[in-house]
Amino acid sequence: MFVINCPYCGERDQSEFSCGGEAHIVRPKQPTELSDDEWAEYLFMRKNIKGVQFERWNHAHGCRKWFNMVRDTSNDKIHAVYKMGEEPPVI
Amino acid sequence: MTKYRINKTRFVDQTKTVSFTFDGKKYHGFEGDTLASALLSNGIHLIGRSFKYHRPRGIMSCGSEEPNAICQINDNTDLTEPNVRATEIELYEGLKASSQNCWPSLNFDIGGINNFISPFIPAGFYYKTFMWPKSFWKKIYEPLIRLSAGLGKSPTQPDPDIYDHKHEHCDVLVIGGGISGIISAKIAAKNNLKTILIEDKNILGGSTIYQNNKNFIIDNQKSNEWLMNEISELEKLDNLIIKTRTSLAAFHSYNYLLAKENISDHLPLDKKNSSIRQRLWKIRADKVIVAAGAIERPLIFNNNDRPGIILANSVKKYLDFYGVSTGLNNIIFTNNDSAYETAVSLFEKGISVKIVDIRKKSSSNIVKNAEDLGIKIYWNSTVVNTFGYKKIKSIEIMNLSEDGSNVTGNKHKIQCDCLSISGGWTPMVHMHTQSGGKLDFREIDQVFVPTEKCENHINVGSCNGDFELEEIVKNTNYKVKKFLNINEGGFDKISVLCSKESEKKNIWLLPNTISESKTKSFIDFQNDSTAKDIKLALREGFKSIEHVKRYTTTGMATDQGKLSNMHALGIIADTAGVKMGTLGTTTFRPPFTPLTFGAIVGRSVGKFFDIVRKTSIHEWHVQNNAKFENVGQWKRPWYYPINNENLHEAVQRESKAARDSAGILDASTLGKIDIQGSDASEFLNRVYTNAWSKLGIGKCRYGLMLNEDGMVYDDGVTTRLGENHYLMTTTTGGAANVLSKLEDYLQTEWPELDVYLTSVTDHYSTASICGPNSKKILNKLFPNKDFSDEAFPHMSYQDAIIDKIECRIMRISFTGELSYEINVESKYGKSLWENCIAAGEEYKITPYGTETMHLLRAEKGFIIVGQDTDGTMTPIDLQMDWIVSKKKYDFIGKRSLYRSDTMREDRKQLVGLLTDDPNEILEEGAQIVSELDKKPVEMIGHVTSSYFSPNLNKSIALAVVKGGKKMNGQKLFVPMENKNINVTVSDFIFFDKENKRINA
Repeated sequence: MFVINCPYCGERDQSEFSCGGEAHIVRPKQPTELSDDEWAEYLFMRKNIKGVQFERWNHAHGCRKWFNMVRDTSNDKIHAVYKMGEEPPVI
Repeated sequence: MTKYRINKTRFVDQTKTVSFTFDGKKYHGFEGDTLASALLSNGIHLIGRSFKYHRPRGIMSCGSEEPNAICQINDNTDLTEPNVRATEIELYEGLKASSQNCWPSLNFDIGGINNFISPFIPAGFYYKTFMWPKSFWKKIYEPLIRLSAGLGKSPTQPDPDIYDHKHEHCDVLVIGGGISGIISAKIAAKNNLKTILIEDKNILGGSTIYQNNKNFIIDNQKSNEWLMNEISELEKLDNLIIKTRTSLAAFHSYNYLLAKENISDHLPLDKKNSSIRQRLWKIRADKVIVAAGAIERPLIFNNNDRPGIILANSVKKYLDFYGVSTGLNNIIFTNNDSAYETAVSLFEKGISVKIVDIRKKSSSNIVKNAEDLGIKIYWNSTVVNTFGYKKIKSIEIMNLSEDGSNVTGNKHKIQCDCLSISGGWTPMVHMHTQSGGKLDFREIDQVFVPTEKCENHINVGSCNGDFELEEIVKNTNYKVKKFLNINEGGFDKISVLCSKESEKKNIWLLPNTISESKTKSFIDFQNDSTAKDIKLALREGFKSIEHVKRYTTTGMATDQGKLSNMHALGIIADTAGVKMGTLGTTTFRPPFTPLTFGAIVGRSVGKFFDIVRKTSIHEWHVQNNAKFENVGQWKRPWYYPINNENLHEAVQRESKAARDSAGILDASTLGKIDIQGSDASEFLNRVYTNAWSKLGIGKCRYGLMLNEDGMVYDDGVTTRLGENHYLMTTTTGGAANVLSKLEDYLQTEWPELDVYLTSVTDHYSTASICGPNSKKILNKLFPNKDFSDEAFPHMSYQDAIIDKIECRIMRISFTGELSYEINVESKYGKSLWENCIAAGEEYKITPYGTETMHLLRAEKGFIIVGQDTDGTMTPIDLQMDWIVSKKKYDFIGKRSLYRSDTMREDRKQLVGLLTDDPNEILEEGAQIVSELDKKPVEMIGHVTSSYFSPNLNKSIALAVVKGGKKMNGQKLFVPMENKNINVTVSDFIFFDKENKRINA
C-alpha cells in the first residue's frame, strides 16, 4: 500500500487509485494502415518490467484524472509522477 | 496458594482469584495470569495432542511462538474460538478452555496409535499413499483426511462480536514495548514527535521487567527496577500513545502497518457484550522503529516434545513474572549463557536445578554466579533421550565428542519434572522482511540479522541481533538518535553492567547413539515434523528450502514456524554441506500472528457488506410483492408473483400481458452519461461502431461499443438532446466501467476533443411502458401531446410535462413492442410510476421484472451484453454486421475486426436453438455438440439464453456455436446428465421478424 503523489491533488493513499498498465503506448493515428503484427504490437505487447517501469495511473476515487508514474516494480519505490502529455523524466 | 505458585510478584494480583475450567474441570488462577500460567500453577502441563502422531503435548513457551498449548475457547457457544494459544490468552472469570485434537479424551486418545505406526507415515505420506486405487479417493480417502484435518472446531453460529477499524498517522511508530522499544519511544516523544508505542502484552517491559539479577545493572539499579522507573516516566509524556494488547500483524511498504488491538478478549464474559472485541489499526507512520525482540530457540534431540520440556526463558518468566514454578526438580539444557539466569532464579527460589551444557566451558559472570551457588553443571554434554509419557520424568545425557558430531562415554540418567531448554536466540526479523528489508547471516551465533540498508525504518534491540544488555541500551540510543536526526537522546551517559557471553556453540541436530530413523527429534512441534522428515525430503531430491518446507509442512502451522524454521534451515545446510547463509530463508508473510476474520472485515458485515442501490420506485416494488435480483449493486425487481406463483408462472403471465395489452418496467438502473461539448458527435463516432454525425436532434440511436480488441463491450441507446448535447445509456452493470473507459480516451488519446462527461445515472428515474395499449396509456398521461407515428415516431424523443413536472419521453423498444420510456428527476420517480399504473389500470397494465424483460428481448433476438457475449464476441460473431460502419475511418476496435483471428469463419457465432420437443427448456450454459459418438466429445458451443416463450408457445434459446452462421436447420445435441436433448439451429429472431409491432 503505497502513497501516491497525484499531480493534481497531492499525496493520497494507493487505495484511491487504479493502475492502467504501461505508459507511453500511443494509439496509432491510422490503424487501418497497420499490418496485423503492427496492430498486435500496440494491442497486446506490454513490457511488464521487474524494475523501473513507466505506468499510467488514474485517481479513480479522487479527481479522476489520468497521469503517468515511474515506479520500481521490485520495491514499489515511486521515482516520479507527471501529467499526461508531459515528457517522461530520465530515470 | 497451589503447590506450584511459589513466588509473589507485582504482575499477578494474588488477592484476586479468577476461576476457569479446563476440559470441564474447575480451577483457580489470579488476575494477571495467562491461561498457561494458571494451568501450570495447578500442575497441569498436558494441554493437547499433536497434529499427526497425537503425542501428548504441553506448554512450551510463554508467547506467540507457542506451538503446542492451543485450546478451544468457550466451546459450544457463539463466542467459541479454536486454536487459541494458552500462553497469550489472559485469564478471566468464567473462561472455558478445552483441549484439541484428541478423542475421546485428552488423557486417553485413540489417535495416539499414530505414534506407534509412525514409521509408516513419513513426510509426503499423503502424496504417496492416497494415489491409488483411484476410485478410493472420493468415498474413502477424502472423507478420512477431512475427518483428521484441522485442530480445533470452527464456530457454527454467527459471530456476535463487533470489530472496528481505525486509521492513524504518526511521526514515529515503535513496535515492541521491551527495553529497546521503551528507550526508542522516549527519545522520539521527548523530541516532539507524535509517537505510538505498541506492545502485544498487557504491560510494557518485555523480558527485562522481570530480570531481577545482580549481574545486570543500569545506572546502579537492577535492570528491572531501572526499567520500571522509565516506564512510569514514559506514561507521563503527552505526545505518546501507548497501546498495549496490540500486536503488529503486517508491515507493508511505505510504512503502512496493520496492528490488532484486543479490547475485550481479557474481560469476563458478562462484561464483553457491551464492548468492541478487537480493533484493527491501519497506521501510516513517517518512521518505524522495530523493537520486536527475539524468540528463544529449542534444541533438537530425541523425544524433545514431552510435556514439561519448556524453553528456559519461559520457565524464568513463569517463575519471576507469574510466580509459578514449572517443576520442582528442574534440569536446564542449554548451549548459551542466557539459560543460566533461569538457573540462578530457580535456585534462589529454592528449586532444585542442574545444568546440561553442550559447551566445554563458559567464563561469564552469570555462569560464575551459578557455579558459586553450587549448581551442578554437566559440561560438554547432550541429552540423548527423555522419558515420561504425559509428563517428563527423567532424561539420559552423554558426553559430546571433540567436534560435537557424535556422543561418547556412558549414558547417565537424571530424574526431573521439568526440562528447560535453550538453543540460543532468533531475532524477530519478520517485520523487517515484510517491509522489504533484507537479511545477513551472522556466523558467530548463527542468526539472520537485518541489513542496515533501509530508509524509513530501523531495527533495534534483540530483533537487530543485539543480545547483551549493554549493546541493547547503547546501540538503541545511538541508532534512534541517528535515525530521527536528534542530538540529545537522554541515554547518552548511561552506565550498563552485564554478564557477557564469550563462548558460543551451536549444533542444529544433536547427535545420538541410535540411528536417526529411530529417533523422534521434533523440529516443527505443531505440524509434527522431525529431523528425520527433513533428511528424507533431501534424500528424495528436494533442494530448495521452499520445497522442503512444503513437502514436510515444516513451518506451515499457525505458529508459522517461529520455533522451527531456523533449525530446518540449519539441518538442511548441515546435511547438504552448504553454508546456512547461502540458503536464504523462507518468506516471512503477514500476518505475524493469526488475525480473526472479524478484525479483517471490521464493520463491513451484514447490510454494510456492500453498497445497496435502490431506485426511487423501490418502495412500490416492495409493496407489490416483487422478488428482487442483484444487478451489480442495484436491487432490481425480478418478477412480481401473484397468489403464490413461482418464477416460471409469474414470468409467463407478465410476458403475455406485455405483448397482449401493456407492461411496465422500472428501467431507472440503466447507466446514463450526459455528454456535452462541440465535439460530442465526433466523440460518439469514435466510440461507437456506427455513424452518429447525421443523427437529428430529438432522435435516438442504438449503439454498440467495442474494446480495442474488437470485442463487444457495452451497448445502449443514445439520444441527441441538442446540437452539442447527448444522453448516453449503458447497461446497468457496465455504467461505471464505460464512464471510466470514455474518460480514459478523452484524457489520454483525444485530449483535443471538446467533450464533457457526467454520470447522471442517479439523476433520473425511468418508467418503460410497452405493449399494444401503451400509446393509449401515454395519451391519458399526456392528453395534450400528439403520439401519432408521424408526430412522435419510433427512435425519437420529446419533452413533456406531467403534474407540472418536466420529463423526457423516448420512444424506444427493447421488447419489440410499441414502447415509451418516461424519464423524470429521481425524486418524482415514484409518483410518475403511480400515475402510469393508475392510467394503465383499464388496460390491466402489468408490472414486469428483469426476467420477463429478458424473455421478451430473447423472443426478438436482442442480445444482452454479458449474457450472450463474454468478451470474446465481435459484432460480426453476433451477426450484427449492420451496425458496423464501413464508411467511418476509425472507431475503437475497428482495426481488430480485420485481424486474421477475428475473421475466422469457425468462430463461435450467435444462433437460435429450437428444441425438437417444444416443451423442453435448455439450461443456460449447457454445452452443445454435433457428434455424440466422437471421443473426446467436441464441444462446439454453449447456450447463452433460454426461455419458454408464452407468445410462441414453445421453448426458445440463444446460443453461440462454432461456425453457427452457416448451420441454419442443422441438428445438434445438448448432452445433459441423464439424456441428450435434440435441437435444431434456427434464426435467432423468433418473434415478429418483420418488426410490425413496433408501430402497431
